This record gives sequence, C-alpha cells and structure tokens, in this order.
Amino acid sequence: MTPTLMFGLELAYWQETIIKVLLGLVALLLLTGGVVYLYLFKFVSFMQSRLGPMEAGPYGSLQLLAEVGKWLQKEDIATEKADRFVFRLAPAIVLASTFVLFAVIPAGPTAVVSDLGTGIYFVLAMSSLSVLGILMAGWASANKYALLGALRAAGQLIAYELPLVLAVVGVVIAAGSLNLQDIVAAQASGEIFGWDGIGNPFILTQIVGFTIFMIAVQAELTQSPFDMPIAESELVAGYQVEYSGIRFLIYFIAEFATAVAFAAIASTLFLGGWALPTAWGLGDGVMHVVGPIVISAKAVLLVGVVFWVRFTLPRFREDQLQTLAWKFLIPISLANIVATGVLKVVF
Amino acid sequence: MTAVTDRQKLQYIAAKAADSRVNVELETEGMTLNIGPQHPATHGTLRIVARLDGEQVVSAEPIAGYMHRGKEKLCEVRTYPQINTLINRIDWLGSFANEVPFILAAEQLMGIEAPPRAQWIRTMFFEMSRISNLILFLGDMGVQLGAVTPAFYAFRDREFVLNQIERVTGGRFHPNFDRIGGLKDDLPKGWIVDTKAVMERVRDFCDEIEELFMNAEIFSARTRGIGVIPADVAMQYGLSGANARASGIDWDLRRDAPSGLVHPELDWKVWTHPDGDSFARFWVRLQEVREASKMVDQICDGLPSGPIMAKVPRIIKVPAGEAWVSTENPLGEMGYYIVSKGDLTPFRLKIRSASFNNVSITPWLLRGVYVPDIITILASLYFILGDIDR
Repeated sequence: MTPTLMFGLELAYWQETIIKVLLGLVALLLLTGGVVYLYLFKFVSFMQSRLGPMEAGPYGSLQLLAEVGKWLQKEDIATEKADRFVFRLAPAIVLASTFVLFAVIPAGPTAVVSDLGTGIYFVLAMSSLSVLGILMAGWASANKYALLGALRAAGQLIAYELPLVLAVVGVVIAAGSLNLQDIVAAQASGEIFGWDGIGNPFILTQIVGFTIFMIAVQAELTQSPFDMPIAESELVAGYQVEYSGIRFLIYFIAEFATAVAFAAIASTLFLGGWALPTAWGLGDGVMHVVGPIVISAKAVLLVGVVFWVRFTLPRFREDQLQTLAWKFLIPISLANIVATGVLKVVF
Repeated sequence: MTAVTDRQKLQYIAAKAADSRVNVELETEGMTLNIGPQHPATHGTLRIVARLDGEQVVSAEPIAGYMHRGKEKLCEVRTYPQINTLINRIDWLGSFANEVPFILAAEQLMGIEAPPRAQWIRTMFFEMSRISNLILFLGDMGVQLGAVTPAFYAFRDREFVLNQIERVTGGRFHPNFDRIGGLKDDLPKGWIVDTKAVMERVRDFCDEIEELFMNAEIFSARTRGIGVIPADVAMQYGLSGANARASGIDWDLRRDAPSGLVHPELDWKVWTHPDGDSFARFWVRLQEVREASKMVDQICDGLPSGPIMAKVPRIIKVPAGEAWVSTENPLGEMGYYIVSKGDLTPFRLKIRSASFNNVSITPWLLRGVYVPDIITILASLYFILGDIDR
C-alpha cells in the first residue's frame, strides 16, 4: 500500500483506516443523536400537538443524553430461561450490521472507509445480517411475544429485501457500476437532455425505483406501517421485550443508525450523494469539506420522510404486508428494471 | 398452568393422531399465548388465553376478575349517597353516566321526581360523559392499530370536555354530582356559553378523526370485515350499545325506553350500521359523539329555569320494594336492580354493566382470526375493565 496524505501527514493504510473509522463513528453517532432529537422528540411532538422534551437543555436538546444516562444505569437483565450467550450476542450483531454499512458510504472524494468495487452489493448483503440478530434475540429470550416478533421480523425482512435489491438494480443499470463512488459521479456529471445544471440525480429517471426503495426501507427499519415485529399494542415490544439497560440502548441506537444509514444510501443512489453537479465547477478541495455536509443534509431529510410516514399511518397486518411485497412491489420493480434496460439501450 | 385431566390429554392425543393421518408433512404444534393480564392492549387487566396455530387463533377465552372490587357487596353496607361515590368507579371514563340509572332507580322507589331543570342538566352531563368516554375510544382505536397520533388529539380535545365537567362538579373523572331528587349544584355563570364552544370543538375533532381514518386505506384494510358480528349472534350474547347498533340492531334505550331523562324532547338520531365489523363499530361511535354534542347544544338552548332539587328527607331511607332502571350508557346498557327493605342501605344491589356482556362474545368472535386482529376486535368492542369486574 502506498502511504496517503491526510491532514498533511503521511499515514500508513492501517492508520488511515483507524482514523476514518473513528471519524465515521463520531459522525454516525452525532447524526443518529441529531435525528432522534430532531424527529423522534420534536418533529413528532409538533405533529401530535404537544411540546416534547423541554426541560433538559434549551428546548430539551440534551434530553437524549439524559435518556442514554438512564439506560446505562439500568440493570442488564437476562431472564432465567434465556439462552444467555445468544441473548447477549444478539444486540451486538444487529448493531454491527448497521455500522458495517457506513464503511462503504462515501461522504466525499476520499471520505470513505473502504471504496469497494461492489459497494452497493456489500450494503445490501450486510443490511440483511440484522435479521440474524433479531432471530437470535427472539429465540434466546424464551418469551412467546419475542419469538412471534422475531419470526415476523424474519418474514418481513426477507420479503422486503427483494424489492430493495430490485429497486437498486435500476440505478446500477443507469450508472453502469456497482461502486457507490461511480454512482455518485454518474449523477454529478450526468445531463438532462443536454442540460447539466443540476447533473442528473437518478430520482428523476428512477422515481419508481426510489419509491419502492423507500417503502422497502420503511419495512427494513420496521417502522410503522410495517412495525409488526415491535407492534407495541400486540406484541408489547416484540423481540426487544426482554431486553433492558444497555442492550436495549444498543437496539435503540441500531434502529436509528440504520435509519440514517439507509437514508444515506438512498441519497447516494437517488439524490446525487455527497457530490454537487460537476457543472458548478467545485474542485475536490472544496468537496472534501462540503461533501459530508451535503450527504448529511440529504440523509437527515430522508430520515424525516421515514418518520413522517411512521407517525402518520397505522400498522398493516402481517399477511397484508406480505401481499404488498410479493404482489405489488416485486412485480413493479421487475417492470422498472425492464423499462430501465430498454431505455438505456434506446438512449 | 391449568391442570390437564387425563381425559383432555386423551382427547388431544386422539385429535393429533387424526390430524397426522391427514397431514403428515405439515403438522405443527400449537402455542398458548397469554394476552394479559398486563398487556398494553387490554385497557387494564383483562386476560385472554389464546391458543394459536402460527399467528391464527384456534380458540380464545377471556378471563376477568383480576380487578374485582366486590362493588355489589360493598353497596349493601353503604347508604345511598355513599353508594353514589362507589359506583362512579365502574366505568371510569364516563363516570356521571354510572350514577344516573342508580339515582333514577332510587327515585323510583322513593316516589320522588327531580325538577325539570335537574332532569335537563342530568341529561346534559349524561351526554357529556358519553362524549368524554367515546372521544378516548376514537383516539385509542388508532393506537391499537399502530398509529399513535390520533390518541394525542383525543386526549387534547377530551381535556376541554373534562374541564367543563370539572367547573360544575369539581371532579374531572368522578363527578359524584347526582343526588336523589336532583343535583348537588346549579351551573356556574358563563358555563353554557363555554360549553357550546367546547361542543363545537368536539365536532371539529370528529371531523378530524373522520378525515384521518375514514379514507385511510390501511385503516379500512385492518377493520373492514374484521370481527363481524351478525345481528342474531349479537342478540344472543346480549350485546348492547354501539356494538349492537353496529350490527344493524336499531335499539337505543334513550329512544326506546326513556327512563327519566329528557332525550325524547330532543332532536337527534340513532345511528346504525349494517356491516357489524370493527369499522362499523368505530363509525357508529363516531356518529354518537356527534349526536351527543348536538344534544348538549340543544339542552344548553332549552334549559328550563327552576329549582334543581326536589324536596327530599334529610336522611334517605328508601321504602321497601324492588326497582330496575337501565339507561343507554357510553358502553351500552347499564342497569341497577335495587332491592330495598326500607333501611338506610339497599338489601341487595345488582349491577348490570355493558362491558361484561360485550366481552363475553370474544370466544366466539376471536376464533380463526390473526393475532393483530385480536387487538383490533378488542379495541372495537370497547370495554372498560372497571365495567367488566365490578
């Protein structure tokens, strides 16, 4: 490996990777915390004609710290009949599958932990790992509600993995690459009938794919109207029902970090990612700074959409959810692939 | 765990053997799921023991009694004014409505009639407790289906109704305002104007809920055709109130058997729905809130003047005899059967509350539905635990 230049220092590959991972983790936790405060605490409160947290810090902005402090203090209980080892491992797997996603999401010309050639493929593969953790949690909890929730989660995540992948295929055809940096570049340098003022974000040509992707993301995140695995009015808290203290906190972080991750992926695939249109003539030097801000802003906006839907719609029933996935989303996304392929050849 | 007798075991083994001959490949073992007594969807401590095959309910049995307070027995050692406090806690969301049939029954035994103004105000509070009760149902239905937002709207607008009740009675939840022969107090100054504004708000809330739910695809998919109760089954199980009217039974005690309240003098309508499903039960209750708010408006306009208390002896002794009075309460038909031997206390008091009968249909209704539908059906049947376990 050739040493790379970073902050004016010559760093070995491992040093560079460690710095990127640490920066990525900090950025991820800040973003997740920001999203939780902004949407889960405030945005939703205003939707529901209430104030939300107001006491901790100005406008309750430190409420999340108080909540984290509370969870850290609580006893970490595993039920008597639980399979202790699996029970404790499960949250770690869920969280890991989330963090790994951030490794390939580019936030600038070089701001990516690992610029994989098969980036989006890796993302889709890793995101489905979380179902393993959820199944482990449901089984190891020795609780019927948890088991029902975990089985629902498994059925749901598998059903919605397909439209998710198929929706991405349209983008991959249009960009001609699986690499996320190439997909970003294709959008930044694209043109709409010869006009390159805003590049060519794929949301314009792949609006069907974008819609299906966001619906599938909603289901992957198990947010309402697809929140049957948690379904508090039916299954109390689904697979999370026996967790307390820091392990519940890990599920909580994983839930919202995954929301941020999928929003970042969606903005990379459909909204142009970190890049600003090439026609604006901004150099790499500027984009090192602006890129992370651009993609964060887009991701936060998309998370807003996820939460907006979550707090507007009631929950589907399990069979209705499967019907939606298999009878509507998958055929539509297949048709979308065919249409994209045909148009790609024609133009 | 309940003890399983040998006979039950043998039956189970025989049933399994019969199944396995038909379907060797797909044989699965069922699971017993205890929904309750502590569960977010049961509004208290109702326990439903559901035998599941996957997510489908094979059989379900409601088990009440976790909150039994022995009200009927307690009433036997309390004087009539004291009983009034006690029965406030039966249906705690529409407390005033609990008092009315009891007071009417006692008045019937004593041969007293409340003055007209008291009767009108009684009817007004009767309908206001219906509003405050059913508003919560309208919001809660959303929570049970996974949409939390309507519940907050419901709590927000119910507050205004409760405030109006509090301004007169001093109690938000438990007014304890009705007296044998009339009412405790008259209305305060300016109250009627404010109440009419609140009723306007209630109707706005109904419009809001209608917009949120009626055209929502997911709400329709979750409630239409779920938990269908045909009219004859509803009658067999003794369903009353909105549950019966949602099955197309045109029966409302306020219209068909008025007992001392002024409903016949008001202009209102009994709504029914032919479908009998969860959606119909929701829809009927929504219309009932609207009708009730209109009734309160009419009472505000047409309130007669005069005293609010008839001449009643200081120490209330109810003459020997028996009386049964039932009224159309928010949850359904509620009645009191008083047996008096001429003492300070009733000899026996039988309380008929609506929720007990409404819930008794669940074993029939829950058979074959999916787990999420259990919650929809329970929410749409709408029971208050205090109304099941007295």
